[in-house]
Amino acid sequence: MDTLNLKHKLVKFQSIIALLIMCIALSFLSDRFLTADNSWNVMRQISVNMIISVGMTLVILTGGIDLSVGSILALAGAVTAVMLKFGGEFIDWNLYVGFTLLGALVGGTLVGAFLGWFNGLTITRFKVPPFVATLAMLTIARGLTMLLTGGFPITGFSGQMAFIGIGWFLGIPMPVWISAIVVLAAVVMTNKTRLGRHIYAIGGNETAAELSGLKIKKIKMIVYSIAGACAAIGGIIVTSRLDSAQPNAGMGFELDSIAAVVIGGTSLSGGKGTIMGTVQGALIIGILNNGLVLLNVSPFWQQVIKGLVILLAVVIEKFNSKEK
Amino acid sequence: MENQTKQAVPVLEIRNVSKDFSGIYALKNIDLQIFPGEVTAIIGENGAGKSTLMKIVSGVYTEYDGDVFLNGEKVNYKNPKEASEQGVIIIHQELNLVPYLNITENLFLGNELINSFGLLDTPKMHKKAKELLGRLHLDINPNTPLNQLRVGQQQLVEIAKALMLESKVLIMDEPTSAISDHEVELLFQIISDLKAKGVAIVYISHKLNELFEIADRFTVLRDGEKIGSGMMEGATHQQLIQMMVGRSLTDSFRKADNIRPKEILRVENLCFRNPENTNDFLVKDVSFSLQQGEVLGICGLMGAGRTEVLEAIFGLYPTYISGKIFIEGVEKQIRSVTDAIDAGIGLVPEDRKLQGLILNMDVTRNTSLASLEKISKFNFINKKKEEEISLNFIQKLNTQVKSPKMEVHKLSGGNQQKVVIAKWLATHPKILLLDEPTRGIDIGAKTEIYKLINELAEQGMGIIVVSSELPEILAVSDSILVMSESKQTAKMTRAEATEELIMKAALCKKEY
Repeated sequence: MDTLNLKHKLVKFQSIIALLIMCIALSFLSDRFLTADNSWNVMRQISVNMIISVGMTLVILTGGIDLSVGSILALAGAVTAVMLKFGGEFIDWNLYVGFTLLGALVGGTLVGAFLGWFNGLTITRFKVPPFVATLAMLTIARGLTMLLTGGFPITGFSGQMAFIGIGWFLGIPMPVWISAIVVLAAVVMTNKTRLGRHIYAIGGNETAAELSGLKIKKIKMIVYSIAGACAAIGGIIVTSRLDSAQPNAGMGFELDSIAAVVIGGTSLSGGKGTIMGTVQGALIIGILNNGLVLLNVSPFWQQVIKGLVILLAVVIEKFNSKEK
Repeated sequence: MENQTKQAVPVLEIRNVSKDFSGIYALKNIDLQIFPGEVTAIIGENGAGKSTLMKIVSGVYTEYDGDVFLNGEKVNYKNPKEASEQGVIIIHQELNLVPYLNITENLFLGNELINSFGLLDTPKMHKKAKELLGRLHLDINPNTPLNQLRVGQQQLVEIAKALMLESKVLIMDEPTSAISDHEVELLFQIISDLKAKGVAIVYISHKLNELFEIADRFTVLRDGEKIGSGMMEGATHQQLIQMMVGRSLTDSFRKADNIRPKEILRVENLCFRNPENTNDFLVKDVSFSLQQGEVLGICGLMGAGRTEVLEAIFGLYPTYISGKIFIEGVEKQIRSVTDAIDAGIGLVPEDRKLQGLILNMDVTRNTSLASLEKISKFNFINKKKEEEISLNFIQKLNTQVKSPKMEVHKLSGGNQQKVVIAKWLATHPKILLLDEPTRGIDIGAKTEIYKLINELAEQGMGIIVVSSELPEILAVSDSILVMSESKQTAKMTRAEATEELIMKAALCKKEY
């Protein structure tokens, strides 16, 4: 009984244990790793993936997937940038609308939420498999970003805008604050609310959920909208940090976020997983990235190693769930 | 073919075979002999163990007690392929064909013919397929993709596939369940041909008329035990039906008839079109009335439309449903599960694992799933209340759990079913629909569920129970509705009902 309990605990905290081992190893291997500078730097880098991964976790919990987050991130960033810098100019009506910073931030986030909602629409109403629907959105949103920016970065915003990406508040970088708030909201949502419970139920057994009167379509639309909004928030942070909306921002981010979710122990078939697991997954990926850079590992090898870590995480997970 | 000379030697012999699924016996000490050149019918109600037995013989189930002999040699197949290589071939009730491949490709799947270049010899396969279809008097182009065929035709293709292999023992599991009368005749012709060639045929069917036409011997199973066997010649319908159902039910769970104050549900001309073929009806013109405190049993064979009646009432597939539903005298439009729940209806579905439970969720969360609205404020769930309700039902239904936090996939079938029932009781329904409430659960839990049904009825709930098990229907129902081929064929009160009467109404329109 005791050994079983111990084993159970080991399984439960496997990600944290992996994280600790990694941190300890890195602090021995590199004297720069444990410095305050580097630590905050890592945290700031991780925060964008963390936010996207929260949305991704919800989607994957319903049994879906969202490949479009990287593109939505870019488009939302670009929209925010355009709103801030140029405002809305309607030549036909001889009208110019300027936006405050808050207006632009809300606008950018809404664009992301809308694209996510559109994903949800095609998936639920037109029965397009999530993989295909969001793959299409990946291309569509990227194309729209190119159209909006003309293929060139949009640069030069106010200092206030830059504060979001590089500012500090109470000794902690702003992006870390934002990701913490998003994570906290998602933890509460998944654990305490009906919506959260419904998300797990749909992923666990959609038929049973439907027969219990759950509104599957509505819930899925909400979840994809949240994923879009999360990607948009990530886009705003990236744009702010670089003081520039890059048309090719966020390329491949969907893979990092799926990796974080999977490493965090969420099942790709849905119904099983936690936000805190994803947080650990995102930390593992982020710290691994940082460590490999600090150790001067070639970028090519970095990719190989990252892939192997993802495989390892899933194999361990499978192995554990079989034991039970 | 060599067997023909040794007339009375069985080609296949089953000795003392038992099989249990996690403690519940599906088969108990079965002996059976199958002779070459004869059709042996295996008869029994749903769940009697017919399919389980055939799965053992054909290598689908590899673990069982007892022995199987083929031509006098003990065999223990590791998989169906090994069995078919030795000439024991099963044609399954459910189709095992690839819908997007054409007939030829399906027939030769896994046994493709190859020409001298090592490529597929399509012309040769096409020719052979055509011959084979000819033998079955099926006038279809072998290039037709399977999903363009009617189900009956698909079933014949499945049979054709089995005929391609050299079989000593051919097992047919309800081969006529989905085919038309004309196709049945073709099938019988083929069976006669095979008999003449000395193939031993095992034929599983509910349809007694058919069996009298083609079977030579019969064996009756009931509750996993062999009840009787003999030659078909000389046997009567009455005898067979009695053997199939003849349990004397010692416990009757029905209360004394009490006064029925109020109609709680009335269904008029309920129809359910087949979503795959809208000219076909899954339920046709079913009408009945359910009183407060009444238990209505719906019985019939598999596929008679019993489950579909419940689904229609529960608001699934609203676009295919017509007819009127009155709840407490008021006509209600039930277009979704939410509508049904709001109208006070709960459905305990047929398959608790696929439709009833979120298996990796705990008991508490499964219990509250359909009634979360009642216990949450501003979308936030009152977890304390949730736990209270769950605990309350665990005690009330005597659900055996280590803790309410236990995930439901770890529970036994009976306890799982109690969780599903608790989920619906938590919505405070006026009408509870139960589809096969005791399928695959042990006797103890069964009895408890019967008692519960009785108690709920006494509290004034209207209950509909669909079941394949006649004794169950007789044990719990106040009135009984029998269905056959989508229509209601009989309605009777408990007092009038006998197993024979019900079976007759369920077996076929022809007999009635």
